[in-house]
Amino acid sequence: METKKTSLYQLHQDCNAKFVEFAGYQMPIQYSEGIIEEHKFTRNHSGIFDVSHMGQLFIYGGEDLIKDLEKIFPLNLKNLKLNHSKYSFLMDKDAGIHDDLIITKTNEGFLIILNAACKDNDFKILKELLKEKYKMVLNENRSLIAIQGPKSSEILNDVINGVKDLNFMSGNWFKFENQKVYITRSGYTGEDGFEISIANDFVDKLTRELINKGSKLIGLGARDTLRLEAGLCLYGHDLDKDKTPVEANLKWAISKERISKGDFIGSDIIIKQLNDGVSKIRVGIKPEGRIIAREKTKIFNQSDVHIGEITSGTFGPSVNGPVAMGYVGNEFSKKNTKVFLEVRGKKHPASICSLPFYKKSYVKGVN
Amino acid sequence: MSEVKYSKEHEWIKLDGDVATIGITQHATEMLGDIVFAELPEKGANVEKDGTAGVVESTKAASDVYTPVSGEVVDTNQAIVDDPSKINQDPEDSAWFFKLKIKDPSEMDTLMNKDDYDKFAKETSA
Repeated sequence: METKKTSLYQLHQDCNAKFVEFAGYQMPIQYSEGIIEEHKFTRNHSGIFDVSHMGQLFIYGGEDLIKDLEKIFPLNLKNLKLNHSKYSFLMDKDAGIHDDLIITKTNEGFLIILNAACKDNDFKILKELLKEKYKMVLNENRSLIAIQGPKSSEILNDVINGVKDLNFMSGNWFKFENQKVYITRSGYTGEDGFEISIANDFVDKLTRELINKGSKLIGLGARDTLRLEAGLCLYGHDLDKDKTPVEANLKWAISKERISKGDFIGSDIIIKQLNDGVSKIRVGIKPEGRIIAREKTKIFNQSDVHIGEITSGTFGPSVNGPVAMGYVGNEFSKKNTKVFLEVRGKKHPASICSLPFYKKSYVKGVN
Repeated sequence: MSEVKYSKEHEWIKLDGDVATIGITQHATEMLGDIVFAELPEKGANVEKDGTAGVVESTKAASDVYTPVSGEVVDTNQAIVDDPSKINQDPEDSAWFFKLKIKDPSEMDTLMNKDDYDKFAKETSA
């Protein structure tokens, strides 16, 4: 299959992007300044991420759709306010995670943002579960960009007036060049920011305007170091079908009310794990010194017993040191537990730590 | 002092008497991106031509550093271990990796000169 290009491909080239293939797309891994500078620029100013490879699934419907989606997602969608978003999962019956996603209630139904590598499979699963009762569009005509970092609100508001009044995890329709754009105050970097869904033909113009106002394009390389410092999971690495939301330490994202009813896909396992505990759980891991423990690094306890594995690990530019997360046996998951990481045949000391590595600065508001 | 020679693994080597200074090339650092970790061989260790003699890691991945000639490690550059970003800043001079007392000067003849290396680097990254 030929690799796809996003509508910003030309702009990426103009900004000297280095490309990698990611989930069937040619995506910028970094630009000329490099991952560390891009990472810091996002933390200190404002960075723009092309995330158009991600799926934008619009499902159209009313009360019936809400009921049907509540059988799938562990969320209270009935009480979710219009234009508000929630982080959630598409699970199988064993509560294994098919995908993690953001679902937003719109005036016509729901908008679900899906991971690029999962979107086609998610669409198939959801279509089957919803028995083709509702119109579903995995919209390829719209691009998605994120603008993240402390200056983003000011910069985006200069171009699209009113966005600065959005609260965290809520959105609305705005206008750019007379085009309807859907903007939510959200992101995946640990910074305040926005995600903008806009017609493919207009994304280049909008992005260039944001660059003119002082923001910069940031590649997937810095996106990864930013999200890991923020303690956020990457599907296919920290989350997959062999892990449940409880094991992933994401039970905060499951509605308590829905657990008490237990009528969603995977609820039996979720309830059992919440009551009985889990055998493995996701934790933050801070290596001592500078050694970087990457994905698949084995974790040992002080008696040299293999207790788990790293699922994401890199150098954190804002932490100025190595950062990692992974799964360990539940009895080793307490903060400050000493562990050892096997890197290139040698065992290096590390400790279990709380997440995030870098403190969030989301804008909170009345909900 | 002899001319600087280059390996296909993107190391440079400069011979002064029977002691060679070895590092990675500017081209290598451009391919790697921001270097955030460096591991060097132990002083006194004997290393064999084309064998592993260190590691560099960028934010993206880890890569082995090879030695272009055989010899005994007589010195290592702690400054790049303490601050690996120095490797990006000055790879072909102050950010050298290690010094070897070389075993067999004829091994130098198997390596490329600057023009050949520049051509090789251009071809392999195209």
